[in-house]
Amino acid sequence: MTTVSSLPPRKGRNVELTLLLLAVGIVVLAYLNVGLATQGSFPPGLLAHGTGLLVISLAFHLLLRWRASYADPLLLPIVTLLNGLGLVMIHRLDIAKGNSVSEGLALKQLTWSALAVAIAGAVLFFLRDHRALRRYTFTAAAVGFGLLILPLVPGLGRQVYGSRIWIGLGPFSFQPGEIAKIVLAVFFAGYLVQTRDVLSLAGRKILGFTLPRARDLGPILLAWAASLGVLVFEKDLGSSLLFFGLFVAMLYVATERRSWIAIGLVLFSGGAYLAYLLFGHVQQRVLLWLDTFSPQALAVSDQLARGLMGMANGGLMGTGLGRGRPDLTYFAESDFIIPSFGEELGLYGLFALFMLYLLLVERGMRTALGVRDGFGKLLAAGLSFSVALQCFVVVGGVTRVIPLTGLTMPFLSYGGSSLLANWSLVALLLRISDHARRPLPEVDEAGPAPAEATEVVKVR
Amino acid sequence: MNAPIRRLSAVVALLFATLLVASTWIQVVQAKELQERPDNRRTLLATYARERGQILVDGAPVAKSVPSNDELKWLRTYPEARRYPHVTGYYSFVYGPGGGLELTENGLLSGQSDKLFYRRVSDMLTGHTPAGASLELTINPKAQEAADKALGNQRGAVVAIDPKTGAILAMVSNPDYDPSSLTSHDTKKVVAAWNKLNADPARPLVNRAIAGNLYPPGSTFKIVTAAAALSSGRFTEESVIPGPAVLDLPDTTADLPNSNRQACGPDNKTTLKHALEISCNTAFGWLGMNLGAESFRAQAAKFGIGDSLQVPMRVTPSSVPAELNRPQLAQSAIGQYDVRVTPLQVAMISSAVANNGIVMKPYLVKSVLSSDLDTIEEASPSQMSQAVDAEQANALTRMMEAVVKSGSGQAAQISGVSVAGKTGTAQHAVGKAPHAWFTGFAPADDPKVAVAVVVEDGGNAGNEAAGGLVAAPIAKAVMEAVIGR
Repeated sequence: MTTVSSLPPRKGRNVELTLLLLAVGIVVLAYLNVGLATQGSFPPGLLAHGTGLLVISLAFHLLLRWRASYADPLLLPIVTLLNGLGLVMIHRLDIAKGNSVSEGLALKQLTWSALAVAIAGAVLFFLRDHRALRRYTFTAAAVGFGLLILPLVPGLGRQVYGSRIWIGLGPFSFQPGEIAKIVLAVFFAGYLVQTRDVLSLAGRKILGFTLPRARDLGPILLAWAASLGVLVFEKDLGSSLLFFGLFVAMLYVATERRSWIAIGLVLFSGGAYLAYLLFGHVQQRVLLWLDTFSPQALAVSDQLARGLMGMANGGLMGTGLGRGRPDLTYFAESDFIIPSFGEELGLYGLFALFMLYLLLVERGMRTALGVRDGFGKLLAAGLSFSVALQCFVVVGGVTRVIPLTGLTMPFLSYGGSSLLANWSLVALLLRISDHARRPLPEVDEAGPAPAEATEVVKVR
Repeated sequence: MNAPIRRLSAVVALLFATLLVASTWIQVVQAKELQERPDNRRTLLATYARERGQILVDGAPVAKSVPSNDELKWLRTYPEARRYPHVTGYYSFVYGPGGGLELTENGLLSGQSDKLFYRRVSDMLTGHTPAGASLELTINPKAQEAADKALGNQRGAVVAIDPKTGAILAMVSNPDYDPSSLTSHDTKKVVAAWNKLNADPARPLVNRAIAGNLYPPGSTFKIVTAAAALSSGRFTEESVIPGPAVLDLPDTTADLPNSNRQACGPDNKTTLKHALEISCNTAFGWLGMNLGAESFRAQAAKFGIGDSLQVPMRVTPSSVPAELNRPQLAQSAIGQYDVRVTPLQVAMISSAVANNGIVMKPYLVKSVLSSDLDTIEEASPSQMSQAVDAEQANALTRMMEAVVKSGSGQAAQISGVSVAGKTGTAQHAVGKAPHAWFTGFAPADDPKVAVAVVVEDGGNAGNEAAGGLVAAPIAKAVMEAVIGR
């Protein structure tokens, strides 16, 4: 820790409330837009959905006032807006598929949102201090890696469109990778805050880079092997890139040594190239990525091609909500929700969405700068970066920056596991930001402060 | 740890910048290319989602879209079924637009043409449901009906044009098909119909009037040879030229006989006028060799042979071979050897004679109408070339009148109206009956219609066929329909 930034002690809860009402207002307008465009009438479900979203987000807002009154006021409105817009798009696709409100995916997504907010609230309620998580560093490691390999368990894992990143339990299916993302961030933060001195100080300087000692390469090699395992066995480049990228980024933040990034990039690209040479399914993904419109690629899948045509249809201004044909793309409500937005809201709408995500991530980074303990810094930076990386992997996949993967867009995409995980992630960020922004208790200048008080700042 | 966190934030900004660039690339730079891909279902569905323009003949739709209750919203129908298939073409959900105006005027009919840009903008602002533009055709429904009925089940084609403007009054090609069979929304039925039409050896999808394998013009081409003779200044209609029973061709053992194996006049001589009247092969063979390949080909080119035309369907250019020795020249002068023409081209030759030697550019679309029937664009007749001067055109008219009055084309006579014309009987393959031709115009003194008829393999008359017997009555029916007799 180099500096301790001090933020002016402003709670910002009223700002949050205003922005929250604005977010819900935008969602209601979008919902109205869909109804008018598709059915030409006032949508009957508007009241239910709008009120639902308002109640959920207001409840969370009140919890913040009560339990984390200094938390960052931007996070909740941004997340509410994204969640709400996702609901609108899913509802819009329900209409295109002829599903009624009661049997549609939108209602399920709303139910999942409520559950996700409840769990996030519980996290915020019970976890008074994020540093408590440090105690579970190695539990987190076990749980995280366990979740990662869960889809490989025979009978439990499910292969969906080539990627084996789902598990099925009766009627429920789940992407454990979403939860693993958070748990592993906790583990990495706890582990790196302990070992950062060794990892950052020892080593020789070559070509301006301070190279680590061979024995300190252990952790990164382990993470590399695990991520390659995900790539090869679960056949998902996105998850693999997400976990390894998260680890390398946190390693860099902990050690402040750029050589780790160089080593990480070399390892990952080498490993990915090796996997490309060895495995047919990886080659297929690369073919779909580089030569989407070739007959060979179209014979495998025209999903990406359809998504691109949808985005092209949107152009600069978009067709308008309810006026495009996003339903022509498979998985338009989950993996391909970004092309759905690109088609109906246009490039402008897409830029606005990207800006919301960027704002979300950078508020998280701001929290990492502001918080005073090393563990909190690493955790906040790691969680924020994981959201950024996931956005990059998903959007990059549908816009042909990288090969397509099976990950979902946080908050927007349809899917319970994704909502649960990302709302909890935001709850953690809110908790850390509450610490970061909360003014230090006045130190009694008359007498020496008790020794313990400088160790752990007990708040409220 | 704050410095690396700041740098990590910059990395995040860079990642998002990449996404901004990538999505801009797709939605702005590549958008047009992606939208125009033939496998883009959105574009196809979008064109179905708005009402496609009608194709109108004299105000009555021959192609129109009616609301349908399935995903496509509109079903393309052709109320006149088999009367206009080669004019309208088809608009198939499975195979796209094709076969005629549906293809060439797709932009207007679908409403996506740039010509409709301002109308689209105003539609958007006023909340109008955008619809495609309609086309009003130059076709005269009576002429089309007469041509269709007179041709009957015989293979061949009929084209009629207004000599003064180039407006196409009738365009029939046989065998035909019902375009509705390709526009059904039942994919299986459409595929079956499509396969059947394409497997048919008679090739019903081909518009024989303007495309296909082209035909040898036979004796109708003697009009071109006669025009070349008059243009040379060395001949008039009364010039006396050799017309033996058999013309000996130089440099070869073959010779060129008259079809009745008799001389065309006393002392094996005849006048140019009489030679055309009785379709004297030897006289025109001699004339061709006398004029030379250069002037013969130049005259053909002035009538439009070799030109690429769009009416707006693409017309296969007619052709005279580039290299002709003297025997080949004699054969070409009577429309044999490798001379190949479309019926439209033959009609243009008659039409030029009728219009004081001026070839008008043929066209099929009279006007483009918006969905609320305002005229967006109106065709204006344009001149293609001057084939002969007015005096020579008059001479050719007199000669062609004689053909119908007292020569080989008497079957085209219309009582009370003077008709000009020329018959043709084109040999095209050993052992096959010749194609029967007739081309002409009426009334000769104030031409309102020029027509060309070809009946493949002599039609129902087979080997007995000659243009005068089989094709002339069809031409007569069409001309009568136009001039109202």
